[in-house]
Amino acid sequence: MKQSRNRSLSILFQFGGLILSLGFVTVILLLVDANPIQAFSLIWQGAFGNPTRIANVVVAWVPLALVTCGVLATFTAGLWNIGIEGQITLGAIFTTGVIRLFLNTSVNPVLVIIIAVLAGVVGGILWAMLAGVLKVFGGVNEIFGGLGLNFIATALNIGLIFGAWSRPGVASMSGTEPFPEIYWLPTVGSFRFSWYSIALTLIGLVVIYFLLQNTHFGLKLKAVGKGIKSAYRLGIPTWQYMMLAFLVCGLFAGLAGALQVVAVYHRLIPAISSGYGFMGMMIGMLINYQAIWVAPVALFFAALNIGGIQLPIIMKLDSTLSGVMQGSLVLFILLMQGVQQRVLGKK
Amino acid sequence: MNIEFKNINKHFGAVHANADIDFNINSGTIYGILGENGAGKSTLMKILSGFIHPDSGEILLDGQQVRIDSPADAIKFGIGMLHQDPLDFPPMLVIDNFIVGQGGKFLLSHKTVINEFQELQDQFGFSLDPYTYVDALTVGERQQLEILRLLWLGAEVLILDEPTTGISVQQKEKLFAALKVLAKQGKTIIFVSHKLEDVEIMCDKVAILRKGQLVGEVVAPYNINQLVEMMFGKQIVINEPKSLVTEEIVFELDNLCIEQYPITIENVHFRMRAGEVIGLAGMEGSGQDVLLRACAGLLRPVSGRVIVNEKDLTGKTYHDFMRHGVAFLPASKLEEGLVPELTLAEHFTLVTSHKKQLFIDKPFFHDKTKQKIDDYRIVGQPETPVEALSGGNQQRASLSMLKDSLSIILLEHPTRGLDIESAIYMWDKLKERCAGCTSIFFISADLEEIIRYSDRILVFFSGHVSDPQDSSKISLEQLGQMIGGKGWDRTLTDEETYEAITQP
Repeated sequence: MKQSRNRSLSILFQFGGLILSLGFVTVILLLVDANPIQAFSLIWQGAFGNPTRIANVVVAWVPLALVTCGVLATFTAGLWNIGIEGQITLGAIFTTGVIRLFLNTSVNPVLVIIIAVLAGVVGGILWAMLAGVLKVFGGVNEIFGGLGLNFIATALNIGLIFGAWSRPGVASMSGTEPFPEIYWLPTVGSFRFSWYSIALTLIGLVVIYFLLQNTHFGLKLKAVGKGIKSAYRLGIPTWQYMMLAFLVCGLFAGLAGALQVVAVYHRLIPAISSGYGFMGMMIGMLINYQAIWVAPVALFFAALNIGGIQLPIIMKLDSTLSGVMQGSLVLFILLMQGVQQRVLGKK
Repeated sequence: MNIEFKNINKHFGAVHANADIDFNINSGTIYGILGENGAGKSTLMKILSGFIHPDSGEILLDGQQVRIDSPADAIKFGIGMLHQDPLDFPPMLVIDNFIVGQGGKFLLSHKTVINEFQELQDQFGFSLDPYTYVDALTVGERQQLEILRLLWLGAEVLILDEPTTGISVQQKEKLFAALKVLAKQGKTIIFVSHKLEDVEIMCDKVAILRKGQLVGEVVAPYNINQLVEMMFGKQIVINEPKSLVTEEIVFELDNLCIEQYPITIENVHFRMRAGEVIGLAGMEGSGQDVLLRACAGLLRPVSGRVIVNEKDLTGKTYHDFMRHGVAFLPASKLEEGLVPELTLAEHFTLVTSHKKQLFIDKPFFHDKTKQKIDDYRIVGQPETPVEALSGGNQQRASLSMLKDSLSIILLEHPTRGLDIESAIYMWDKLKERCAGCTSIFFISADLEEIIRYSDRILVFFSGHVSDPQDSSKISLEQLGQMIGGKGWDRTLTDEETYEAITQP
């Protein structure tokens, strides 16, 4: 009975955090002389106003949910995989590279897409393992290693777009030459989302949920994350498990990058990771590493992202406002968790 | 300062940790609080020092009712608490630690403070160097520093929580002398302990707590049997342990040299037989912990060999040692033994090597945990996170997680912080293991424990290791002298030692 009371209290506190962050954003809107109600309703309209917009929310949800799944694996092992942005980028680069290899061959396009997506997954894994190797064998904190690897991945991406893989004649920020339509993941009607991406994401959500909640592997990751020395003493090969956490995270990030190429952009673009990696980490913290919440919270963030596009168009507000909302939401909810612990802990 | 507790009540969930506690402590006395683990001693002291609030009841200082909201409040009222684990800042200088809790003044004259520091420590015969770093001090010296700091902040009441745990005999004597001086000056000393012998020589009066209730107060001189009965509600019989040594050699150190700054241990020859119990005696930091960790594969020796069951495991990892039947139980449970925030059931899932499917068979491990909880009398549920267990129960939980067939168990301070009953239980369980041909290698600061339970004893003095001493032939005084570096004239040369050991 006490537990259920605690749980409802906890929900109350989380809800308080939500209210506070809404209040905070309202204050900011008032400060810039904008009508908050209009802004919020624009975001709502922008996200769910018509079927195309809903479809766009789903398009943003796919990489966000995948990346968050990956981040949960590393968070569980006590690792801050900041390098996830680079892992998404490498996934996209590998996928693009494979499709380019097969562009003028007679290989079945379906097979090409499958190989390309697998290659993307491998790319993400390799980049993540690199951060892991630096951490485990080089003693480089995964935050710094990951940050460095992000820069290298971005440089590599830009280098390819403007160099080796540039469009004939003009190298441009709009990316590489789009692939012929046979190499696109089929989308639904005139919308931009693909059932295949959604299916892969749903599988990913189920896999990460069971992996972390119900398997020996997940429990060992958790032990490594909560107390690495004790875990070692209890017989868990700790560095191997840290590498496996990176592997799982890289897999999801690489898949997200690959799907961005084959299902959304059909080419490599400079901002292919679109900040989804960092956003995934925010969601991970927000949901307190509970896999069950990935899908809905990622959907909420995706809606804010897509809905936020309307703000500059109609109200001439900066589009970063949706970022401010996401950031303040995370901050206030974490703050309320702290407050809750203080209030419940002391008495 | 006179302290009056009036009907103090405190609940933690379903546990009534303090039930209507009501008694007085007069100034100038050394007052003991006795009780087994979980009797409510620490709770009461935490209430007095402002760490937690009582659900109801009052505290009166010199007849004035006070409300103590935080440790900072407590020190303003003149109440200072010395914790079992010193709450200091190891990477800082002694003198900076001394100053750190001082409020009010922003600018400090280092010179004045140092003079005051020296004056204060001279009163008690302490000799701390203000310019060393705290992490270079022993537990006993850190305790001295903390006492000085609290006195300097104006403490009139000193609460000491298990102060004799983990310090050497000499430091204990120094501490006791200092406390007597303080009591003469009119300060109130509250001495929380479960060690009857300490309470017996120190305290003018004791209060005994059991299961959250005040059982009674007793004035010195004490009848030990009466105190034990009040603490546990029954008589406790300590059986003399039997030796269960066999002839089979299970573990061997061959000419082992280990370096771990600042300790260097050289040329250890040693053979251990199945079922044997070996105690490692010595002052803290004399090299026992270094040798023990080398035996577990956690430290790589510079030269020499470690042989387990006739297999040379030198340079192998701890996990290799585990596979060959070596287990290590470290002293700090939550740092190196148990994983915080994981439940008991999750721990048993982690340590079970069979049943290796992909998914966890939760009902199976739940039942298994329940059974272990019953077997080892752990106060907790399979869903209890380990950090919510008391120290004694964490110790039992660690013990219960050991594999069934082991060649050797290495333990650091197996009964530190445990009450008599728990300590006896711990050793009963360990002796059961010995009967199953497991050998025990343990460190303890408690010399009586070492003599009582060991078959042979290795004495350590600043990196020197004695030849094994027969525990039935050595007295407490001799052992005490040896750990202080005296009485080593009987030491044989290496060759002789080796002969002596190989022909038991």
